[in-house]
Amino acid sequence: MNFVTPDFMLAMPEIFLLSMICIIMIIDLFLKDESRGATYVLSLISLIATAFLAFSNYTDQSLSTFNGSFILDPMASLLKISICIIVIGVFIYAKDYLKDRNIYKGEYFTLGLFGVLGMMVMVSAGNFLTVYLGLELLSLSMYAMIAMQRDSIMASEAAMKYFILGAIASGMLLYGMSMVYGVTGSLDLATINKAVSSADRVVMSFGLVFIILGVAFKLGAVPFHMWMPDVYHGSPTSVTLYIASAPKIAAFAMMYRLLAEGLADMHADWQMILVILSVLSMVFGNIIAIAQTNIKRMLAYSTISHVGFIIMGFVAGTQAGYGASMFYAIVYTIMSVAAFGMIVLLSRAGFEAENIEDFKGLNHKSPWFAFVMMAIMFSMAGVPPFLGFWAKIAVLQEAVNSGLLWLAIVGVVASVIGAFYYLRVIKVVYFDKPMDETPLQASMDIRLTLSLNGLAILAIGLYPTALITLCVSTFA
Amino acid sequence: METILFYFFSAFMVLSALMVITVHNPVRAAFFLVLTFFASAAVWLLLEAEFLAVILIIVYVGAVMVLFLFVVMMLDINITELKAGFVKNLPIAIAVALAMFGTIYYVVGGDQFGVEHFATPDRHAADYSNIAALGKLLYTEYVFAFEIAAVILLVGIVAAISLTLRRRPNTRHQKIEDQIAVKSEDRLRVVEMAPHARKGERK
Repeated sequence: MNFVTPDFMLAMPEIFLLSMICIIMIIDLFLKDESRGATYVLSLISLIATAFLAFSNYTDQSLSTFNGSFILDPMASLLKISICIIVIGVFIYAKDYLKDRNIYKGEYFTLGLFGVLGMMVMVSAGNFLTVYLGLELLSLSMYAMIAMQRDSIMASEAAMKYFILGAIASGMLLYGMSMVYGVTGSLDLATINKAVSSADRVVMSFGLVFIILGVAFKLGAVPFHMWMPDVYHGSPTSVTLYIASAPKIAAFAMMYRLLAEGLADMHADWQMILVILSVLSMVFGNIIAIAQTNIKRMLAYSTISHVGFIIMGFVAGTQAGYGASMFYAIVYTIMSVAAFGMIVLLSRAGFEAENIEDFKGLNHKSPWFAFVMMAIMFSMAGVPPFLGFWAKIAVLQEAVNSGLLWLAIVGVVASVIGAFYYLRVIKVVYFDKPMDETPLQASMDIRLTLSLNGLAILAIGLYPTALITLCVSTFA
Repeated sequence: METILFYFFSAFMVLSALMVITVHNPVRAAFFLVLTFFASAAVWLLLEAEFLAVILIIVYVGAVMVLFLFVVMMLDINITELKAGFVKNLPIAIAVALAMFGTIYYVVGGDQFGVEHFATPDRHAADYSNIAALGKLLYTEYVFAFEIAAVILLVGIVAAISLTLRRRPNTRHQKIEDQIAVKSEDRLRVVEMAPHARKGERK
């Protein structure tokens, strides 16, 4: 065996982030509770620097190092930058929420950063082993983040459910991987892809089903969605923010690496399974969401339906399809982080704005944030000119182009159904009388970030071509 | 000889694995799991994977299972409660289990993974070192995965500590350093008092 020294420069963002996490952990150890802000600022700085390193690392070819287990391609760079930016938003929203509930600990930020590292590993994975390890790194951090609110029974229950179901899903994923390894004799995705045609069909399909099962669980597609409403609802909103946003980008990347790079030749086999997942997610997600009165649960079901759309773009199996799907994933995280940001904005010490009722009369309290909420909801429903509309259009177009007209029609019908509960929130915000007269108490940085976030939904929605072209070009 | 040993340990493994899921007492089930690990370690030895065999015994039997037993004994699980819906759900459970078994047998049975599909591994020389070969592979080809695994362990440590560490400022505890540094003046105060006695008391 000849050993080639790995090119560490390609993995610079990851290496930098890991070193920063270790430094932050040690600094945090010596901080008093009053000066916890230093951990927060340092975490933000390291995320910004990581995003910058990922940006400066950009290449338009696909490079691999560490014996093929690490891949750097345009998709990896773009997704890493988006993950870092989204998590910066998450941390800013979460800070005051954590403070008000006495869970303002350094571990929230260090575990959050570990999760980012896990996502980056998944995004750049070139091998079954790195996909799995990145996934576990991310999941483990998330389980611990949920359970950190120890006095809350809901949070412990959510953590427990997520942990057990997540462990089963990881087991399934590993089982599928071991099957594929058994017949192709390799863990390397590129090698597997070459070996698919000569490998045994039965075992490969068997492994494929289990791999898709693991991916679908992590994405939260129906029928593997059971954990999402409970986990979204039970976790502290600061953690729901995190779980509901960036990990979906990583799950998309995992799906791309496993199915489109590792098992591309089995496209016909996985296409049908994904179509079913997509239809079920879109229909069930949107219908069940109507019945929810808790906004966190409603957003969980809305996420399930968005996952259906992300999968729909993927089904086509073309470069343009992957681009549309990735665009949808990024757009979804921007909207989702803003929606949960709104919940944080309305909550205050001792009060959770968890129910849709709590949004009543937001227009009286703050017309500007009522507008932001409207932008988020319209965008999620897919109303032009907001960002979500372009994402839906891009995905539907790819479904039509690949000859799955009926799938596109199901998608359109499902989003019409979904429009009902998004519009209901807007109605509550604008036309209902407020429940109480307490003014908004959120601090300036949350207001500013949320305003920027809302404006981004509108602004990118008005000029969407740049982001769409960027997403599609990464796969070209 | 080797074939006999293989069949002996394999049968051992299968039987004890069966016992794990059939015995009533969870503590016994854990012990049978230990036995399963021993048998599979022996099978690994036959495959000349000495290091893995030793690690399996040290890590799984020595650490994981002991911890597991500890938890099982501490929890005091009510078995009758667990068995509540056993008979009612048995038909469905059997149907699902048979379907799963059938599928898995069809896929991984002799057709695809039979012995005849794989060449017998070569015998290693007497001075072949299992650990060196593994180490070489881990630190070269799989170094990235190896490092990520290390980070996962670090997350495990951070998570475990942050979830269990409770600072209780109100608890009473000894301050050893203060106790050692104490001087007699801190503890004993000699007070000068005028001698006096009450009526009727003895002098």
